[in-house]
This record gives sequence, structure tokens and C-alpha cells, in this order.
Amino acid sequence: MLPSSSTPTVPVVLTINGTRHELSLAPWITLLDLLRERLELTGSKKGCDQGQCGACTVLIDGQRINSCLVLAVSRDGAEITTVEGLASGDDLHPLQAAFIEHDAFQCGYCTPGQICSGVGLLQEGHAHSREEIREHMSGNLCRCGAYTNIADAIQDVLERQSASREAAE
Amino acid sequence: MNRFEYFRADTIADAVAALAGSPGAKALAGVTNLVDLMKYDVATPSRVVDINRLPLKAVEDTADGALRIGALVTNSDLAWHPQIAKRYPLLSSAILAGASAQLRNAATTGGNLLQRTRCYYFYDTSTPCNKRAPGSGCSAIGGVNRIHAILGASDSCIAVHPSDMCVALAALDAEVEVEGPQGQRKIPFRDFHRLPDQSPERDNTLEPGDLVTAIVLPATDFGRHHTYLKIRDRLSYAFALVSVAAAVSLKDGTIGDVRVALGGVAHKPWRDRAAEEQLRGKQPSETTFLRFAEDVLRESEGHGQNDFKIELARRTIVRALMQAASGTPQDQSDKVVR
Repeated sequence: MLPSSSTPTVPVVLTINGTRHELSLAPWITLLDLLRERLELTGSKKGCDQGQCGACTVLIDGQRINSCLVLAVSRDGAEITTVEGLASGDDLHPLQAAFIEHDAFQCGYCTPGQICSGVGLLQEGHAHSREEIREHMSGNLCRCGAYTNIADAIQDVLERQSASREAAE
Repeated sequence: MNRFEYFRADTIADAVAALAGSPGAKALAGVTNLVDLMKYDVATPSRVVDINRLPLKAVEDTADGALRIGALVTNSDLAWHPQIAKRYPLLSSAILAGASAQLRNAATTGGNLLQRTRCYYFYDTSTPCNKRAPGSGCSAIGGVNRIHAILGASDSCIAVHPSDMCVALAALDAEVEVEGPQGQRKIPFRDFHRLPDQSPERDNTLEPGDLVTAIVLPATDFGRHHTYLKIRDRLSYAFALVSVAAAVSLKDGTIGDVRVALGGVAHKPWRDRAAEEQLRGKQPSETTFLRFAEDVLRESEGHGQNDFKIELARRTIVRALMQAASGTPQDQSDKVVR
């Protein structure tokens, strides 16, 4: 059926950090604005709002994506994880702990996006070397220049993951 | 962002009807470029047709040995697909040279073809731009044009196509499958994008209501003799100043089939088949490749700030062909150019 001349809001179901949300949204609302303005999940940050800085990175169905460029209605049915959903209670995600251990931030504004992006990188399994970590993290800018420690934190978790995988084999 | 009518298509026929039914309609897939352009009011679609539910996500063999890639396969899934990595490593390499991991996770094959130029003036609605507002003039000619075209430009537009993936598709002689109001058709890749001439508002040869449904890659046999060499202002996550997709068939040390496509230099991925023909039967050498580069660039023209691209293109073509002939493709993580 073709659309009528006026667009009403669109029903959308999203599971965000394990909680199911039944929403009714204007089609021009981005996922980032939905998270921050409507659901009060302000961990994901609005940096450039143009897909150039990575501060808004979240995991959609396990894949890291710039939430500022996603129209929320186009992801009906998706499972979304933001930085607020990474820890289990007081137990931080290993990458969150590694960011603290390696002092991988200064002002912290880019950090939620860096961590979500790093979690995506670890799940993808394509980065193995230092160069590959840097290349696969190039979509996340840090104006404080904490890149060295960010790469250290990710490399640390990556090496611990592969060590525990080898021990299990 | 402008207010628009939203339509979620469940079938290809519905999507085509919805696109054809409204002159300002746009298809929405991974939306990495469309939403970006809508936020700047460069794109102001009256209707947005969400095609994400269409069955266009398969990578499958065809009866004649080609590989058919659905338009909604994401750039990441395509780059890491075992069949692409094995049979078309040039394409994997070019995709991984573009954008960031996050953008590649969202961006689709069809959308990559349809992304628009990154000319500063096209994005700035306060300035004249023939591509954005036909007839208003070109601000890049005589303006800031460091990233602009050196081949095939016109006096109405000197913008370049920004894709890396499309440069590899041009080298691979891909075909674009399209479904439109008149039914299905296939467009050879060289006829898909167009030069600006006097109508730079048209990036490609699609007609209203057309929907890209797939890319078809014919069988090739370049082995390891290929490379995607991208030269840019920073090591990652930047558009190409010049890029070269090169692939060579070598038999007993002699060049057979050879493909060289250039990115960052024109309104479409640039190939010169006559120049490629001249390479056949020759032995690979820097001298031979330099002569080829001179031939490809014989009508190149700078616009002031981008004059350096002519020499850059010459060197990048030679280096890429040496990499391809030696079977040492450019690594997209370790960026040292060898």
C-alpha cells in the first residue's frame, strides 16, 4: 500500500540494553536523538552529528554503528547496546576496566564511543596487530589525543582474550 | 532536516512504485550519506522509501560463473565475505580503504554506488553549486579546489566521485542490476556513473523510480596481481586525493589483460581502455608504466590548488602497477607504500 499524504508517527520496537521499548516515532528522529533526548541514555555522545567523529557509536545487533546517521524507524526490531549496557551491575566490561587501567582518556567525551567501537572491534575479530587496531579504530576521534593509551587498552584485552582462548584449547 | 513522508517497502515492486510515484523520493538503506545530506539540507526528499526489508542481502554464484551481490549487503559483510576475499581481493581491499569500520557496517553496496561528492560547495547551501542547484554556477572553479577533478571535468562542475569501492568495481567490469518502472535491466559499470558535462546534478544514468538491486562481478583471473593504492591527507578515514585499482594478468612475464581504474580524479571512476590496450604484450617495468601513466593523463587539467594531483596521479599509477605486477598488493593496515 502506498503512503497517504501525511506521515503519522511510525510504531517501532527496539530492545535497548536488554529492555524492550515500544515506541511511536517521527521518521526523522535519529537513533542518537532517541537515546539521548527521549530515553535519557546520555552515555552516547553527540560530537559532529555527521558520522565523522564516532562519539555516538553504539552496537546495533552486535555491530558498531554511528547512531547519529541512523533513522530510528529504519532499525525496527533491532537490539541495541549503548555504553550504559556494557557492565553487568558493578562488574565493568573488560574493555571498560582496561580503559581505566591504561588511563585511555583525558576529557572523556569520546570515551563511550571509543569503548563501544572497541567492543565491536573485539567481536569482529579482524584486528590482530597494533597497526590493525589503529586502522580499525580510525572512525573514533579523540581531540585530547589519548590514542596511544586507547590502543594500549584494546590491545591488552585482545591479548588477554587470545591467551584465554589458547588456554581453553 | 526537512519533514518527509516515510514508506517502508516490503517488496521490490512496492519500492519501485513508491519511488516512481513522487518526484523527490529517495530510497533509504544504510543511510550513511543520505541522512548526512539531509542534515545539511542538501538533500530534501519529499518521500523516503525504506528498502531495508527487501530480499537483497545475498551473495550468490550465477550460472555463468559470476558472483551476484545484493544491493543491501553491507560494505563490511562484502569486504570480509570469504568468496570476495578469495575471488575478488581487489574489491575487499578497496572497500577496507574507505570510510571507518562503523560506516562500513551500515553502508550498503547499492548506497555506496549512489553516494554523492564531497565537494565543499556542494555541501554548503549558502554557495552556488550546479550539482546542488542547477544553473547557479560552480564555486569550485576559481575557488577552493584542492580535492577536485583533473580529468573529464566541465565548465559547470569539477567535483569528483568519492567512492573507493566503485574504483575497484570499474576495474572489475562489474554490472549494475536495476529494477525500474519499465522492468529489470543491467547497466555496465562504465555507463553507470557519468561525467558532469552540462548536467552535473545527475551523478549517474538512473531514471526516476529506478532501484539498484544488485552488482554482478564477472569471473576474473588476476591471482595476486592486483592492488588498491589510495593516497590521502591522513593515513586512514579520509577520502582519496588519488587512488588506483590495478589488476594485471601475466603470462610468461608478459602483460595480458590489464585494468587500471583511478579514483579521486574525476566525476566517475576513470578508466582508459585504449591506454590499457597499449600495455598488452609488454614486459612490466617502471618505464612502460610511466609511459602508460603519461598516456592516461594526457588530457589532465589542474584548477590551481589541485595541480599537484597530476604528478601525484602519475606516480600513484606507476607504483600501483609495479605492486600489481610484483604480486604485492598494498596492505590496508600497514600503510607503508612499498
